[in-house]
Amino acid sequence: MRPTDVQYTREHEWIRMEGDEAVIGVTDYAAAELGDVVFVELPEPGTKISTGQSFGSIETVKAVEDLYAPVDGIVLEANPLLDGTPEKVNEDPFGDGWLIRIEVSGTADSELLSEQEYSAEVGEA
Amino acid sequence: MAYAPHTSQDVATMLRRLGLSSVDELFTSIPSELRLEEGLPLPEGVSEAELRRRLGGMARRNRSTGELVCFAGAGSYEHDVPAAVSFLASRSEFATAYTPYQAEVSQGTLQAIFEYQSYICRLTGLDVSNASLYDGATALVEAVLMAVAQTRRRKILVPRALLSSWRTVLDTYLQARGLELVELPAGEDGRLDPVALDDHLDEETACLVLVQPNAFGVLEDAAAIGERVAATKALLVAVVNPITLPLVLEPAAYGASIAVGEGQPLGLPLSFGGPRLGFMAVRDALKRRMPGRLVGETVDRDGRRGFVLTLQTREQHIRREKATSNICSNQGLAATMATIHLSLLGKKGLSEVSRACLSRAHYLAERLSGIEGFELPLSGPFFHEFVLRTPVSARDFLAAMAGEDILAGVALADAVTGADERDVLVAVTELRTREEMDRYVEGARGAVAALSTEARS
Amino acid sequence: MSQREVLTIFERSRKGRPGYLPPALDVPEWELPAGLGRSTPADLPEVSESEVVRHYTNLSVKNHHLDRDFYPLGSCTMKHNPKVNEQLAALDGFTSLHPLQDVSQVQGALEVMVELEEHLAAITGMDAVSLQPAAGAHGELLGMMVTRQYHLARGDAHRTRVLIPDSAHGTNPASATLVGFTAESIRTAPDGRLDVDALKESLGDDVAALMITNPNTLGIFESRIVEIAEAVHEAGGLLYMDGANMNAILGHARPGDMGFDLVHLNLHKTFGTPHGGGGPGSGPLCVVQRLEPYLPYPRPVREGDGFTWRLHPPEGIFEQRIHGTYGNFLVLVKALAYILRNGADGLRRISDMAVLNANYLKVRLQDVFPVDYPDGTLHEFVASGRELKEKGLHTLDVAKRLLDLGYHAPTIYFPLVVDEAMMIEPTETETLETLDAFAEAMIQIRREADEDPERLREAPVTTPVRRLDETRANRAPVVCWGGHCD
Repeated sequence: MRPTDVQYTREHEWIRMEGDEAVIGVTDYAAAELGDVVFVELPEPGTKISTGQSFGSIETVKAVEDLYAPVDGIVLEANPLLDGTPEKVNEDPFGDGWLIRIEVSGTADSELLSEQEYSAEVGEA
Repeated sequence: MAYAPHTSQDVATMLRRLGLSSVDELFTSIPSELRLEEGLPLPEGVSEAELRRRLGGMARRNRSTGELVCFAGAGSYEHDVPAAVSFLASRSEFATAYTPYQAEVSQGTLQAIFEYQSYICRLTGLDVSNASLYDGATALVEAVLMAVAQTRRRKILVPRALLSSWRTVLDTYLQARGLELVELPAGEDGRLDPVALDDHLDEETACLVLVQPNAFGVLEDAAAIGERVAATKALLVAVVNPITLPLVLEPAAYGASIAVGEGQPLGLPLSFGGPRLGFMAVRDALKRRMPGRLVGETVDRDGRRGFVLTLQTREQHIRREKATSNICSNQGLAATMATIHLSLLGKKGLSEVSRACLSRAHYLAERLSGIEGFELPLSGPFFHEFVLRTPVSARDFLAAMAGEDILAGVALADAVTGADERDVLVAVTELRTREEMDRYVEGARGAVAALSTEARS
Repeated sequence: MSQREVLTIFERSRKGRPGYLPPALDVPEWELPAGLGRSTPADLPEVSESEVVRHYTNLSVKNHHLDRDFYPLGSCTMKHNPKVNEQLAALDGFTSLHPLQDVSQVQGALEVMVELEEHLAAITGMDAVSLQPAAGAHGELLGMMVTRQYHLARGDAHRTRVLIPDSAHGTNPASATLVGFTAESIRTAPDGRLDVDALKESLGDDVAALMITNPNTLGIFESRIVEIAEAVHEAGGLLYMDGANMNAILGHARPGDMGFDLVHLNLHKTFGTPHGGGGPGSGPLCVVQRLEPYLPYPRPVREGDGFTWRLHPPEGIFEQRIHGTYGNFLVLVKALAYILRNGADGLRRISDMAVLNANYLKVRLQDVFPVDYPDGTLHEFVASGRELKEKGLHTLDVAKRLLDLGYHAPTIYFPLVVDEAMMIEPTETETLETLDAFAEAMIQIRREADEDPERLREAPVTTPVRRLDETRANRAPVVCWGGHCD
């Protein structure tokens, strides 16, 4: 089951708002579609990210996909676990496989989807 | 039509299957106005015997180092190569294989490259080597581009004592980058001027290119330079001659983040400049910015050890316009040759070669500096190549020496633009015997005497 | 020496085992000044010559290679490498030449280069050639540099876009980007050719060049090429041809006549020089007269009855150079030998038979593996393994099963415009018997996919190793023996 306490994007990311901060990851659907993740390139703390812009990339053996910011913000932390164990993205995309924690600077984008809307989007409603 | 095996019966059978009456019908998608009716303006084909005569004739119209005793260097060196190198590397299994994309049937190439990478790491002391680049000059370019990408800075410091051909390659590749290239002068000793280095090395500097030994053959004080660079967070890019590395301080030990160089001295014949190979090794943190192929160790489904191409997402066939480089084919067979060469020489052999180059070069330099009118203009320490100032023009000197069947070096001005016209760059490898060097000395005396007489008359 | 156990040369080392030594020192030994010496010894192995010979011989036989069997790799042109060329390139008069010898000592080498340049110009219908590029991608890069210098010289610094079809090799956009251009993709039309309307919409006075492969990566000739050339030239751009597939049209048509301004060739494809497990190749760039000034230096030229180097460009032209010496010279010797041996008629017959072979194989296979763009096939075609997906199988499984049957796999998952692509290029040097046997193997695999899919999924089982764990190799890369060598 997909968590309902997070919001989703059409680029298959999720964002969990925690006051002024937020945690961003990729969805179980994205993780499964990608296959075995071998490397995640994430921004340094202090990097500004802006809605719709690429903030990093996620790699499998034969493919690399950009990661798009769902909101504006400043990176506080990149998930240190992914450095040595990128497979966390496959194993636990909503938990240990999170990507970055940010300080949200812009208002949340209205394009964010609920769990129900996202599941419908990926054809699993 | 030497190599197409079709009988006329084959052609007829195949055309029948295609429902066609002639091969030309297969080309109807080429508009008629573009079809070449009269054939290519080329000579008719020749027999294998005739071909051997033609190309053999061209080969004979060269004076090879089989005929001239070679003291030429400037980035290309004649070393001894055990017969087993070409014997093994020219095996069809290595020579006629494709790039190892199908790993299960390419373990030979893949493991050889893995061993090559391991050798380059061991020689340079760095963590990760790629599977080779085109040559030393293009390897330097790739190293500089990596440093720029890594530091996000735009200033590059290059030494005056860099081969001009390499400098031109660097300028050519960087033409659209908007980078600032600063050339640092060399001092009287032929070494990088430390004052100029201090003047230009700052928080804007992406990298310093340190050439060891440099284009004058002089050994830089790499440890001191490494300390200066480390204080600025610029990267140190070391350009090294692998033959010196058993004896000379290794790049990792003086803080180089990237080491590159020309791999030709590792068992590749001179071959008028190619094929050869560029090697590159980097610190682990830079491996994802590395250009070119990389082989990694893994296991197969049954747990058996095997090798595959790895970190391929860096490359053009996946990342296309965002790739770290556009390189595709590299110098695979040349890297295999270098691997076999290093395996044959091994720890002791390579050290002995290195020691022989060093010792023999100093023997010749010492003897030449004793001839009246000749001098060694640079006071810095050197390895196996040195600048010799002749009392005449370097070109005249070389021509006269060629008359004695000695390829006495390279005019320094041909290697480093703007150098003194009297200077000759002389290289001595383990192949040069004492007798050959004594001949050089006698030849030099005679050449200068003859040239002076000529000038007086 | 056990062949069962996979050991690297480092693991075969034994301390003190005697190996090669250079000639004994007959001069005083010299020591490096203090402070310059190595800090820790370079730990190379100690192995005897006999062990080295066995080690690399045993490694080599694990390779599939052209002299063993068929290599239907699309776009890679794995054709027979004539042995006489190897013999000629190994002559001492070529291998033992220093690149900086005086021209009087290397007349034969310069003759090789000048004659090859002249023949390549004749074959492509272009005016001038540079032999410096060490590989196809290197030639493309040079082509983009020449393009840039040409536009700059005309005051057209604003031309920054390079248009590239979506079926192109990945090196095309990578090369354009390296020279500061923005690579833009043009879609493929339903017939497998460039969408000329889409091209015309994209053209403008900011376009530096259109870079296309002709015949393209689907093995199809761009039959509207003259119209394309006119449109590009009218917009002030240059037309670049990736000549990777030139082997399809030798003696039939010439890029120069089609309106191309630049074309690079792959001597290791079209002109039969060996691939060497990933190089050395050679990727000469051929250009029309107005681009000649921007070719890299030094350039070998005729002078009187002999040859010399032209060292620098005319005054005012930016001097370009892309190789520390002159390129992969010995590869040039082999390519010249190939051209001379075949001659005009022979080269044309090469394309005739390459195209006949590809068409024959396509007809034999298209019922079992659909071909999306079946019309106008020249030297190669692209089949699809998409029908296997319903069995949970993929093109990759077909490729691996082919290895079990003794063949190399086709080029797979390229071009990107075909789903589950298998790009097949037989070349002219394969016999009808080989093509038939390969077709039977493919038909057998297709049948196995229905009847015994596990066999494909498990394949290969007869190769030196089975499918390798690439995920593991990427997550924690081990790229050096003994881990990190610090």
